Amino acid sequence: MQATAAGLARPRRSTLDALEAALPKIVLGPTLLCSLLFVYGFIVWTGILSFTKSRLLPNYEFVGFVQYASLFANERWWVAVKNLCVFGGLFVSVCLAVGLLLAILLDQKIRAEGILRSIYLYPMALSFIVTGTAWKWILNPGLGIERLVRQLGFPGFTFDWLVNPEMSIYTVVIAGAWQSSGFVMALFLAGLRGIDDSIIKAAQVDGATMPRIYWSIIIPSLRPVFFSAVMILAHIAIKSFDLVMALTGGGPGFSSDLPATFMYAFGFTRNQIGVGAASAMMMLGTVVAVIVPMMYSEVRRSRRG
Amino acid sequence: MVDHARAESAGPRSIGRAVVYGLLILVALYYLAPLFVMLATSVKSLDEIRSGSLVSLPARVSFDAWSKAWGSACTGADCSGLKGNFWNSVRFVLPAVVISSLIGAFNGYVLTLWRFRGSDALFTLLLVGCFIPFQVVLLPMAQTLGWLGLANTTTGLVFVHVVYGLAFTTLFFRNFYVSIPEEMVKAARIDGAGFFIIFWRIILPLSPPIIVVCFIWQFTQIWNDFLFGVVFSSGERQPITVALNNLVNTSTAVKEYNVDMAAAIIAAMPTLVLYVVAGKYFVRGLTAGSVKG
Repeated sequence: MQATAAGLARPRRSTLDALEAALPKIVLGPTLLCSLLFVYGFIVWTGILSFTKSRLLPNYEFVGFVQYASLFANERWWVAVKNLCVFGGLFVSVCLAVGLLLAILLDQKIRAEGILRSIYLYPMALSFIVTGTAWKWILNPGLGIERLVRQLGFPGFTFDWLVNPEMSIYTVVIAGAWQSSGFVMALFLAGLRGIDDSIIKAAQVDGATMPRIYWSIIIPSLRPVFFSAVMILAHIAIKSFDLVMALTGGGPGFSSDLPATFMYAFGFTRNQIGVGAASAMMMLGTVVAVIVPMMYSEVRRSRRG
Repeated sequence: MVDHARAESAGPRSIGRAVVYGLLILVALYYLAPLFVMLATSVKSLDEIRSGSLVSLPARVSFDAWSKAWGSACTGADCSGLKGNFWNSVRFVLPAVVISSLIGAFNGYVLTLWRFRGSDALFTLLLVGCFIPFQVVLLPMAQTLGWLGLANTTTGLVFVHVVYGLAFTTLFFRNFYVSIPEEMVKAARIDGAGFFIIFWRIILPLSPPIIVVCFIWQFTQIWNDFLFGVVFSSGERQPITVALNNLVNTSTAVKEYNVDMAAAIIAAMPTLVLYVVAGKYFVRGLTAGSVKG
């Protein structure tokens, strides 16, 4: 019966068939167009802006590398770059250490594991603005931790990192690690749960102690988790903007600026679009330098596997 | 099981367990402390904040700071609290979440069950959108929104969040649908079902778990966003995160820390409630979305 139906409809079916065959492409089309225009196109556009004279308004008079030269001559940019290295390095290592420790502790057949896990992870549901606001209050030199410790009987205690240009970037590390280490814990815990128990049992039969088993068998086998955690954390660090804005506003002065806050300041509040575009391109370059090796190794691993 | 635990509790292992529990609880307290401090501060009077301790319970609970944060706190010259910005956020977050998830579902469906030559390459092309630092699109987008007449509008924010959310939503649905056997779709095609019928009758009924994950992820991302909000909106149109930041950084003669904290909790409330209600799906989205993105 179906054959007859198809036979009867044949003349009209061919155009319908063509439409049907093209349907997946038509459905995917708008997204691809968006991606081409608003991701790839805009990257090119920003790249072009970075080679022009643009200041308050875009101006398409080409000036070569002048904006990059003024970016690299800008002390504030180098403070932001140095801060990114300090913040990124500490943020990634603290999150990894705390996340791994918590995951190993939680993997010891803990009662109420679910509740503890939820507590470690809830900061991930918060906006960085909320986190920044909360820590700004806690780290407030007048009324926050400093006064709390003094009240506890240490009248000489000072903790003024928030207003100390030498130390302000470290407050961003404190708040950032508080927000993100629970998430790293979740990644590691999933990795630990995926390890084959029989290897550990065999090592125990051979008389290996638990710390030794962790150090030489379990932690090395978490290598892929380490890798993706580092990539994700590095990515968060490079894009960090909200947390700095809420916690220190980049200050005191511009002592806690990061490239993202630098770009916002020059591109949108100080009317130096060219410099802003140049700094955005530098940020993109940094992300590419981090992500491309990951993509490459991922592809190589999946080909081998 | 209880007996077993008791039998162990005399040996050196029990000391080890006590240390493990002790550490875990200590860290849990550290994670909870900022939330506690925020809540406690928000219901204290300014006098108590100045004279008391950061971590003490409030002597007298007062919700004045909450009503001020909601209805009459000043950000700059505007003294109408955060309520307008809260509803602004609701107004653009919900459409952006629904639209980006819907398109993402269709994309994922095409990229797994209606693959064509080159579709995998297109997916890779699309994925780049997960990785770029958004700073690199801000200046052109600001100008484009101006040309389209969408600068500083709710529609503009919906548009931006949909465009830059698509890579993630597509990734979610694609990774979920990839485990559906292609035979199921082939069988339905032989029976004469078309693209949309198969989606509606077969794929959609299988999708609730990934829809929940995707909704929660998108909602959290977009509600918590600050960058697009601060760049593409101003004044009354600003989302709650931007308004909160303005409120906290407005310099006034008397700094009202209790109002700041109440405002922060109000801004955090929707995503926190979502986390408490559907934490399982939240974590799933976090790991699924970030292992790749």
